[in-house]
Amino acid sequence: MSHRFGHMLGIEPLSAEEIVFLLDQAKLFQEIQRHPLKKLATLRGKTVALAFFEASTRTRISFATAASRLGADQMNLQAESSSLKKGESLLDTIRTLDAMKPDCIVMRHNSSGAADFVARHLAVPVINAGDGTHEHPTQALLDALTIRDRRGTLENLNVTILGDILHSRVARSNMHLLSKFGCRFTLCGPAMWVPREIESLGSAGASIRRVTRIAEALDGADVVLTLRVQQERLHEPALPLEEYILQYQLTPERLLLARPAALVLHPGPMVRGLEIDPAVADGPQSCVLEQVTNGLAVRMALLFLLIGSGADTPPEKDSSHAPD
Amino acid sequence: MLLISNGRLLDPASGTDAPRDILLDGDRIAGVAPRGELAARAKGAEIFDAANFVVAPGFIDLHCHLREPGGESSETIESGTRAAARGGFTAVCPMPNTRPVNDNASVTRAILERAGAVSSVRVWPIGAASQGSKGEALSEIAAMKQAGIVAVSDDGRPIANAKLLRQVMDYCRALDLPVIDHCEDSSLFAGAVMREGKQSVRLGLRGMPAATESLAVARDVQVGELTNCRLHIAHLSARASLDLVRAAKAKGLAVTCEVTPHHFTLTDEDVQYDTRYKMNPPLASPEDRDALIAGLADGTVDAIATDHAPHEPALKDVEFDRAPFGVTGFETALALGLELEQAGKISLLRLVELFTSGPARVLGMKRRVAENEPGDLTIFSTSHPWTFHAQESASKSRNSPFDGRSFCGAPMATIVAGRIAYRR
Repeated sequence: MSHRFGHMLGIEPLSAEEIVFLLDQAKLFQEIQRHPLKKLATLRGKTVALAFFEASTRTRISFATAASRLGADQMNLQAESSSLKKGESLLDTIRTLDAMKPDCIVMRHNSSGAADFVARHLAVPVINAGDGTHEHPTQALLDALTIRDRRGTLENLNVTILGDILHSRVARSNMHLLSKFGCRFTLCGPAMWVPREIESLGSAGASIRRVTRIAEALDGADVVLTLRVQQERLHEPALPLEEYILQYQLTPERLLLARPAALVLHPGPMVRGLEIDPAVADGPQSCVLEQVTNGLAVRMALLFLLIGSGADTPPEKDSSHAPD
Repeated sequence: MLLISNGRLLDPASGTDAPRDILLDGDRIAGVAPRGELAARAKGAEIFDAANFVVAPGFIDLHCHLREPGGESSETIESGTRAAARGGFTAVCPMPNTRPVNDNASVTRAILERAGAVSSVRVWPIGAASQGSKGEALSEIAAMKQAGIVAVSDDGRPIANAKLLRQVMDYCRALDLPVIDHCEDSSLFAGAVMREGKQSVRLGLRGMPAATESLAVARDVQVGELTNCRLHIAHLSARASLDLVRAAKAKGLAVTCEVTPHHFTLTDEDVQYDTRYKMNPPLASPEDRDALIAGLADGTVDAIATDHAPHEPALKDVEFDRAPFGVTGFETALALGLELEQAGKISLLRLVELFTSGPARVLGMKRRVAENEPGDLTIFSTSHPWTFHAQESASKSRNSPFDGRSFCGAPMATIVAGRIAYRR
């Protein structure tokens, strides 16, 4: 059971049952975040390699903290493509890391499919911490955990995604995940960021519609996922930011169009005053900080499932606080 | 002397589909006659029993990359033409994007000298249209023609500047050379790695729309009309491009085009993150792929060309974004064509035409099986079962999306200038 997931490259191939299983596991690790002593010995003696080929602060710290709290040692590779500048191939870099015998490689890279490529060449489990504009599976899992906690279910929700959906791996992973539970999507943003083909994403028969007016997009929403405007990812001439703010910023007035108590999620880093009004970011509907905390629980659960010693459930709390 | 006996001759130039024996003497065809009738003249000749095989004019590949000079770790003239012979090709046209670029007569001569020493098949080089294929100034086209080029192209890159294209076409019209263009609008291409569509959105890979190609085809057809030069569209991949070629032909313009086996076999839905499926132009949508097959069948497409583009494993074994474009193609081309025939989408005679008289016509040549014609023949089976293993390829590179694919039908012998260059 501990290796049932092999690698964690994306949400798309997972079943709803596997996702529920992962979230239930994460639930157990959620409690540990509230405990005064947060460190377990579950993965003592194991090593987690963090290979980040693209700048990342929160995801890297979250994985590092998750590994620490499980008692695992870490190797840190912050290449940010520097090895590529020296002419070394990704495969050689990752094989070098693998030769130091980590039990798991957590990898972020700016090329879509990079984690898939590495996983094809290595036996060690690979966790995709974001590949280009493809998937960011742990983000979708922590979003799902957050939604399930607040709403009690993932089933049949109206989910609105705002922003640059074409270039968002967070949007893709969330659409793959929530569509497996019958959620209906409304995608809204500047037309060049919400291409027609995106309607074919998600599980077969998923309900996905595109709208260009934010008022229409928010009407009836249970969950509003606001994306960061990723200016560094844009290849084409970017939209003037003022235009974006005018048309698509999530403001308190606009949020009133959604269902009462609709949830507001943001994967971070958040730019207040750009994609989101500070009053919304700090308001009661915002889940932003819960998402961060839940990220630890999800990543601990995943590390435990991928490289734990084979038990199906985390160890009892008592034994988990063995001196380290 | 070499007698090809008991075969089924398929000669598109004359429409022949009949049992015929063929006698080769020296580097020429000495006779073509019904079974047994050449026996007296063929006394002492080596005999190739072609029973149950098709005998066709020698296949011509209008589009390939042999990588020599400059890219010998991926392919050489020796290895590439050996792969070509195994694919049934008797003549191949290497594109000029070598290092240095084949943009002057000394490079052309060096390629031909090397080919004369080591090549398994005829090598008909294509010269660069512009110096260094940079799209700025005309290359030494007349000198290259004297040295032996059969066409000009800046393949790998489009001729982006319409004024330069016009100059090249004006000049080549006078030299009676076809201009082959890699049609691509660079602003729409913009760093893409596959065709834009559902699959590119799903994979998060940057896509280019089909219009990236068809916009350039539309421009080229108009410049072709302006100059009255022969225009050949390389590796055509989009329905919209095909419609433009069809319309140009209907107007009587000298426009021809080729389609590759990978474009008529695979689609963008086959792209995962396997770099063996990365080439330019990229694999098309299923609708466009079906249109290409229709074009092959109805005569809009003039030739099947491989765009054989070897890349050594170290270059291809990288992230999809970083991998070079291109796939190998010599050894699987005929078998993939036969898949179309076996699926009832194209006749065998038409398929042979696309490998023989079709490409010959693009180059202003004739290709037929008759007395005194060059002794180039391709003998193939339409039923021989086999599996392509890239590891066993004669090419130095392994970047084929068809590795491990099983086929019915294969080249059985390739005869170049009266001699057996390859025998299965």
